[in-house]
Amino acid sequence: MPQNETIRDLQLDEYKYNFVTDAEPVYRARKGLSEEVVREISAYKEEPEWMLDSRLKALQVYESKPMPTWGGDLSELDAVLDEIYFYVRPQDRMEHSWEDVPEEIKDTFEKLGIPEAERKVLAGVGAQYESEMVYHSLREEWEKQGVIFDSIEDGLKNHPDLFREYFGTIIPTQDNKFAAMNAAVWSGGSFVYIPPGVHLDTPLQAYFRVNQERMGQFERTLIICDEGASAHYIEGCTAPVYSTESFHSGVIEIVVKKNARFRYTTIQNWSNNMYNLVTQRAVVHEGANMEWLDGNLGSKLTMKYPSCYLVGEGAHGEILSIAYSGDGQHQDTGGKVVHVAPHTTSSIISKSISKGHGRSTYRGLCKVHKGAHHARSNVECDALLINDTSRTDTYPYIEIEEDDANVGHEASVSRIGEEQLFYLTSRGISEEEAMAMIVRGFIEPIAKELPLEYAVELNRLIELEMEGSVG
Amino acid sequence: MSSEPMSDTHILKIESLEAKVATENLDILNGVNLEIGKGEVHAIMGPNGSGKSTLAKILAGHPSYEATAGRVLFKGQNLFELDVDERSRAGIFLAFQYPVEIPGVSIANFLRTALQAHLVDEEELDIFEFTDMLTERMSMLEMDISFAERHVNDGFSGGEKKRNEILQMAVLRPTLAVMDETDSGLDIDALKIVANGVNKLTEEDPEMSILLITHYQRLLNYIKPDFVHVMVDGRLVRSGGPEIALELEKDGYKNWKDSGAVSSGVPKTA
Ligand SMILES: Nc1ncnc2c1ncn2[C@@H]1O[C@H](COP(=O)(O)OP(=O)(O)OP(=O)(O)O)[C@@H](O)[C@H]1O
Ligand SMILES: [Mg+2]
Repeated sequence: MPQNETIRDLQLDEYKYNFVTDAEPVYRARKGLSEEVVREISAYKEEPEWMLDSRLKALQVYESKPMPTWGGDLSELDAVLDEIYFYVRPQDRMEHSWEDVPEEIKDTFEKLGIPEAERKVLAGVGAQYESEMVYHSLREEWEKQGVIFDSIEDGLKNHPDLFREYFGTIIPTQDNKFAAMNAAVWSGGSFVYIPPGVHLDTPLQAYFRVNQERMGQFERTLIICDEGASAHYIEGCTAPVYSTESFHSGVIEIVVKKNARFRYTTIQNWSNNMYNLVTQRAVVHEGANMEWLDGNLGSKLTMKYPSCYLVGEGAHGEILSIAYSGDGQHQDTGGKVVHVAPHTTSSIISKSISKGHGRSTYRGLCKVHKGAHHARSNVECDALLINDTSRTDTYPYIEIEEDDANVGHEASVSRIGEEQLFYLTSRGISEEEAMAMIVRGFIEPIAKELPLEYAVELNRLIELEMEGSVG
Repeated sequence: MSSEPMSDTHILKIESLEAKVATENLDILNGVNLEIGKGEVHAIMGPNGSGKSTLAKILAGHPSYEATAGRVLFKGQNLFELDVDERSRAGIFLAFQYPVEIPGVSIANFLRTALQAHLVDEEELDIFEFTDMLTERMSMLEMDISFAERHVNDGFSGGEKKRNEILQMAVLRPTLAVMDETDSGLDIDALKIVANGVNKLTEEDPEMSILLITHYQRLLNYIKPDFVHVMVDGRLVRSGGPEIALELEKDGYKNWKDSGAVSSGVPKTA
């Protein structure tokens, strides 16, 4: 594929585009969302009829739903959406060059010590970084155990029945406007199946998945963790992801079957032009355990509330989230736990940091349905404000239909205290380092759950972010 | 920088220091004079609210207080020209009366960062040497090594916090240690252990000077002061030898307290 004879500045200059000689039939990317675009995507992916129908229905749902107004400010989103390409074939990806990548992002790569090859991928320039050797030996091992770890497209092609059984059942199209949008135009993402009783010690890293549209704008991931199995899936990285696109809307569906355990870790650091609207949900069956570990940095606005539907007796769901909002950023995040079966337990721990004019919102729901007797849930959300201009709000919704439910909620807001700063600096530590230390300490309960390399990167990132915050 | 040729004996020189709460018109120190020589141990005693901690915090550079008159020279240099962290690196250490909790930060990490900051010229702290040193200092203070992984003062008992202050002092090895009521909160055994630790440090570095703030004679049995000062209403109203502490133990501050204006430095009944 002529991947490198690319169409520069496609967005700006259609004229140029016409001069690109391409062996493939001319495929013209269109701005905005329409039935044609949806049909093209499906045709290009050579999808079965049912999938095309599903996409087209989703488009209708998307169009029928109003822009949500209950969360972050989406008033300018329509204009943004008119200008974006909902689908670009992999070989037509706009390859901006390294020179186009903003200096501050390059600077962050430098300071984080990201390897050269990786920087280019993160910046959307050049070939995908692959740890092929590592990946291949792991992959062989996984295949022996019957594990499927594929792109979502290959999942649909190679495992059509399994795919169809679960796709869209955890997050139905009607769920919300952006889930509907994703269902109409999804592209890229993972398809994962862990057979009964299989325990994976090595995390499945989206990072390893070769040759796919890893950071798709409308990625869709479907994970089935079968009975008694256990696994950990990791996605994203702490380094800033630079993209010329300014919209990301993913859907992650997970089924955790009886007595299985699953953890989904994601850390994302979008460039601050990005709207990041993601729906993540797990259905947790009897005696099973689901953990979301969610880190949100960067972006203009993130709205993301990982959720656990505890549908089997004794199911447990856990949501740990860290949000960092710098100047001009709004992290509207939290979690949802829905108790449907008896003796289900859940916990949400959310920590947010707001700096400068940054704003962090905790928005959470704990719902105990009739019949979910002996449910227990605990929610703890702590906000740390770095400057006087920083802002935080908390919207904890609790709906309980069972008398014996035990639901706790604790919220705290703190500022970096003068006394803490004085104490640390009185030991010779500079004020910036002291700030970073306090922030790292604040998120430690969650950071310690991260794989080591992520925790280390996150700490370095916080240090960078604290630079210039003193004053 | 308005530095003076360093006098060879004085490590700290406080001249007519007046200070107030930065955000309010509330005078706390009303003319403090004090000279501390190399290797000397000074004790300040005085009633609650007389300004002892304020003096200690001003030396360390606490932003809540503002010096309104007078000056302080540390090793001949105007102390007020240095930021809080610079003062520490220059050799001042304050053991807090009320140590502050830093959740999520381990003692080991905190001390490593602090000690690294004290190194000059980009020198890298050797992590193995550091760990050995920390282990040794902790055993000197009879602290369990597992404490190194606990979060700074988070959930510590009152006595554990005080001992942790002295651990930090033992790791950073200052030239001037200001100890604000380190003895309060320590049980009898802990007091001995901590005092022995401090004496060990003065053995290691005979030039280390100490300014002790205490309410009780007891501590002074272990750490022998060369001078004892009495602070009342933001002034040092009397200075002398260890015998002053014994007198105070007996009579309390009644001779000083009700005098509206103690300016002569002489008790009313004297
Ligand atoms: N930040 C502040 N704001 C208002 N008042 C203050 C502040 N700091 C100190 N003060 C007041 O100044 C006076 C001296 O306080 P300081 O803590 O120095 O006393 P102290 O001699 O150390 O007392 P103690 O023996 O009880 O520790 C007290 O009356 C105290 O209330
Ligand atoms: Mg005091």
